[in-house]
Amino acid sequence: MMQVHRGWLFSAVLALTGVAHGAGDPEKGKLIVTAGDGSGAPCIACHGLDGAGNDLAGIPRLAGMDAGYLVKQMRDYRSGARKSAVMSPNVDNLNDGQIADVAAYYATLDTAPTSLPSGAPGALALGEALATKGDWDHYIVPCETCHGPGNVGVGSDFPKLAGQHPTYIKQQLKAWKTGTRNNDPNHLMLAIVGRLTETQIEAVAAWLARQDPKGGK
Amino acid sequence: MRPFSTVFWVAVILGSGVLHAAEVPVEHPPFKKDQYVHHAPTVDDLMKDQEIKPQLKKVILKGRDIFMNTQQYRGKYVFSRLSCKNCHLGEGRLNWSGPIWPAATTLPDYRGKNGHVNSLEERIAGCFSFSLNGKPPEYGSDIMLALSAYHQWLALKAPVYETHIGGRGYSSLGKDIPKDIHYVQGEKVYQAQCAICHGATGQGKSVEGKVVFPPLWGDDSYNWGAGMARVYTAASFIKNNMPLGKPGALSDRDAWAVALYVNSQERPQDPRYTGDVKETREKYFNFHQYTMYGTERDGVLLGQHDNTGAKPFLKPDALRPRTFDE
Repeated sequence: MMQVHRGWLFSAVLALTGVAHGAGDPEKGKLIVTAGDGSGAPCIACHGLDGAGNDLAGIPRLAGMDAGYLVKQMRDYRSGARKSAVMSPNVDNLNDGQIADVAAYYATLDTAPTSLPSGAPGALALGEALATKGDWDHYIVPCETCHGPGNVGVGSDFPKLAGQHPTYIKQQLKAWKTGTRNNDPNHLMLAIVGRLTETQIEAVAAWLARQDPKGGK
Repeated sequence: MRPFSTVFWVAVILGSGVLHAAEVPVEHPPFKKDQYVHHAPTVDDLMKDQEIKPQLKKVILKGRDIFMNTQQYRGKYVFSRLSCKNCHLGEGRLNWSGPIWPAATTLPDYRGKNGHVNSLEERIAGCFSFSLNGKPPEYGSDIMLALSAYHQWLALKAPVYETHIGGRGYSSLGKDIPKDIHYVQGEKVYQAQCAICHGATGQGKSVEGKVVFPPLWGDDSYNWGAGMARVYTAASFIKNNMPLGKPGALSDRDAWAVALYVNSQERPQDPRYTGDVKETREKYFNFHQYTMYGTERDGVLLGQHDNTGAKPFLKPDALRPRTFDE
């Protein structure tokens, strides 16, 4: 009894301080991902059991994403800080613990990328230049400056971009540009996206999608 | 809800995007009338340049590689976890971020910091000794030549000995800390604006051993003798470059406060340390009048220690006086 009480107290403290990020149970998460929580669609309906997502439908790959990042995004959908007519009704009944479990499940997956789009060589060269060198004359900082070497992501604030579906990357960059997404910490992403042209967005999305999610060459 | 309806909703959301987010401005101080404003060449320019021999291009690119990833020499020439590019953003080309090309057009010249006429290599050795908390590569070495070539190429078409340069160095906020700037305010700014990248305790962030966000204090950062340890240098750097992608976003007061906060933390010893911090502060007061070295913070004397970080010595041999009296 004493231990249960302590455990509960510990969880409560974690939840209050927000340290619960990534502390979920992947096994419990798998149940929610598969069967849903009784309201909305189960995650697998769009994201798949393997977290591969779907490029044509613009559904992001979740496999191997940082758990803390996924937790924040789901919480933001729930609170409305990140807007999606699809995601909000599907996560709005998940509690913090369930969110952490779902995040933990997808974070542990090791799924090979399913879409390796063929990009025009010129576009890929432009995308690579933007991601690795940036365009400082227009104050476009290279992606990897914040998203890390190989754009594999840095902690819970700077998500993995390597191997993400190009359609989704494009959608998100355009969402920042149009103001429909603005849940980035300190608006660090907004600052850069506002300076990207449509051509640059296409190019960088195409190149990032072709990179190894694990950072290999 | 089935997948096809998801596709439908995504399409609806995309189609409705007609608004535009407010763009985040890039706000830099204006250039002054009589200043030379340089536009340093890019790597693309280098590759297209028919006047530069391929052999030289290779050396310039080698210099750029060392500049961008100085950590490749960690444990040999660099004992911090910093690279040149961390203080000189935008490949060392960027105005208001200590662009490096003026070192190639204004040196040799007298430097107050060490009280003699310095060459370009000697200036680079200064960065290795203080900012990188390291040991400079040998004068005349391949590394020094490559770095020198990179500096000089970036200066392409800039006038030699022109010293009225727009966006040079880091002193746009002046040198004297305004009177009502406080450490506690700096701590608040730091936690709100900087900690997301540089960590709550200034340790920076790495991925699989590779530094992504540089450490700002502690054993892995610049030492007490680095230009960035001056509060005004850091304040101007922060004002004009941080948070990354948002130059000018912080008020002058916030930039000063957070610079004071960062530079009131411990860091590796000044290589010029005499064994007594107050004596060292006095001896190099032309420099340390602008740092917190040898001053007290919460009853502790900053810089009174023998900690040289990961560097297994205090002073590199390259730091030596020069006279032309004989």
